Amino acid sequence: MGETLESRPRDGAPPSTSKHAGAAVDAATDALVEPRGDTLVGQAVTINRPRAELFAYWRDLTQLATFMENVERIDLLSAKQSHWVVKAPGGTTVEWTATITEERDGELIAWASDPGAEVPNSGRVEFSDVGPRGTVVTATILYDPPGGTIGKLIAKMFQREPAIQARRDLRRFKQLMETGEIATGARNRRLQDEGKN
Amino acid sequence: MRALAWHGKHDVRVDTVDDPEILNPRDAIIKVTSTAICGSDLHLYDGYIPTMQAGDILGHEFMGEVVEVGPKSTLKKGQRVVVPFTIACGSCYHCGKHQYSACDNGLPADNQDIAQEAYGQPMSGLFGYSHMTGGYSGGQAEYVRVPFSDTGPIVVPDGVEDETVLFLSDILPTGWMAAENAQIEPGDTVAVWGCGPVGLFAVQSAFLMGAERVIAIDHFPRRLELARRFGAETINFEETATYEALMLMTGGIGPDAVIDAVGLEAHGFFVDNVVDQIKASTFLGTDRTHVIRQAIHACRKGGRVSMPAVYGGFVDKFPLGAFMEKGLTLKTGQTHVQHYMPGLLNAILEGEIDTTFLISHTLGLEDAPQGYKMFHDNQNEVTKVVLKPGLALAAE
Repeated sequence: MGETLESRPRDGAPPSTSKHAGAAVDAATDALVEPRGDTLVGQAVTINRPRAELFAYWRDLTQLATFMENVERIDLLSAKQSHWVVKAPGGTTVEWTATITEERDGELIAWASDPGAEVPNSGRVEFSDVGPRGTVVTATILYDPPGGTIGKLIAKMFQREPAIQARRDLRRFKQLMETGEIATGARNRRLQDEGKN
Repeated sequence: MRALAWHGKHDVRVDTVDDPEILNPRDAIIKVTSTAICGSDLHLYDGYIPTMQAGDILGHEFMGEVVEVGPKSTLKKGQRVVVPFTIACGSCYHCGKHQYSACDNGLPADNQDIAQEAYGQPMSGLFGYSHMTGGYSGGQAEYVRVPFSDTGPIVVPDGVEDETVLFLSDILPTGWMAAENAQIEPGDTVAVWGCGPVGLFAVQSAFLMGAERVIAIDHFPRRLELARRFGAETINFEETATYEALMLMTGGIGPDAVIDAVGLEAHGFFVDNVVDQIKASTFLGTDRTHVIRQAIHACRKGGRVSMPAVYGGFVDKFPLGAFMEKGLTLKTGQTHVQHYMPGLLNAILEGEIDTTFLISHTLGLEDAPQGYKMFHDNQNEVTKVVLKPGLALAAE
């Protein structure tokens, strides 16, 4: 409580890598227009494709379900509003409506869940050029784990923990953008459907 | 189809399993005509490799005929291809630099977690080598699904025997890269520890790269004889004090470059982790890193150390002092097979490199379990087992 980044020496590293979780959440909260949630996830991936192409794919929100494994469906309600149906541990789903709170073409998309969300969440996805290596995509997500800390532990056991999910989703996004497909170790459709890799 | 499946330690069986299918646009299906058992397959056979599951199909050295292609494959039905053991996308930053074994996208996203935890970054996928390398079904089978078929497999001309090109899949490029990593200069003396397939190809490659002398070190007489056939001088470490011999043979200087082609023998991940654990729990010493220690000890000042041998985890007693004081250079890594295949295919077709000498046994796929046992039990006589799915059961 009361721990802020101002009270200790600050380095230049991303807030989500801070050893001081409370202060990190505060810092991330400051950076978001409408913060929702108290658990911070930060993931970055470098993708060997132009920034504009990656942004355009991501901005068409319904396409996100292609590589976000836990997302069952995303319905567009308006240009800024979308409804998300997401798999949760134990064969259940959670749903929320999200609104894009800030957008800079080719650079940034920020969102926040609307009031009443089952899993309050907010975040931003940033796209930045890194010369001949392509584009760095950085996702910063704040969320309230369902069932608090216990819920997060259970989710982790079932590998639906957002930090793990975000890391894997960004890898799949990279694969799709760089190779045109998402790698699978399965031998055939049956094994793929059974999730055997 | 029929396929050689792993069921546990010293338990491999030829099972009937459902066929592979095209799953991604760049996939192709290969009908296997020849496939080999690799020394590293013995680590699976011995049960050293974690993340294996009963029913996993083994094999990462294989070639065959293209029988089906996805819409983005550049292969054509009927072409004969050799398939690299490393599964690499051809489109990422590392593939662009021809660092294919460091491909970002060859491993399915979920399978990347283990390597990310263990090594900091995930590596490429591999065929038939546990689930931490992707869980891909291997080539000791009638058919294989080959991902990224537009960037991996190399087409071989008709009329060339399988046996002359099969080893482009792994051991020939691995031996070649080992010699390349030794940064050989004309007139050099190169010492090679281990006269298995990789070591023997490193011997040939070192001479092609201008080495004046190659000294091969092993304890299997038959394997030393093969090295001698390619012009190497030999040391049998069971008969001879290796360091003392190397110093005398090089006029007290030491070899200009040293190659460790032993290590854990090949592509085994984590094996020395396991050994270290055993060691820790039993308080027994382990000799697993003996070769790399001896190689560094013998290497001349300012010399080069090449390490095609695979290490998976942590090692004890690495001679960091000798390494620093003598100013050595170490180069290593899983083989960037796709990078070396075209040049080496050419070298084979031009008759510069001989590959067929290695094959000691050819069996039908149905005899694969017997092949594993033979290879495991008699590494002196059995230098390489090739399996042919088209070959009938050996008459016994």
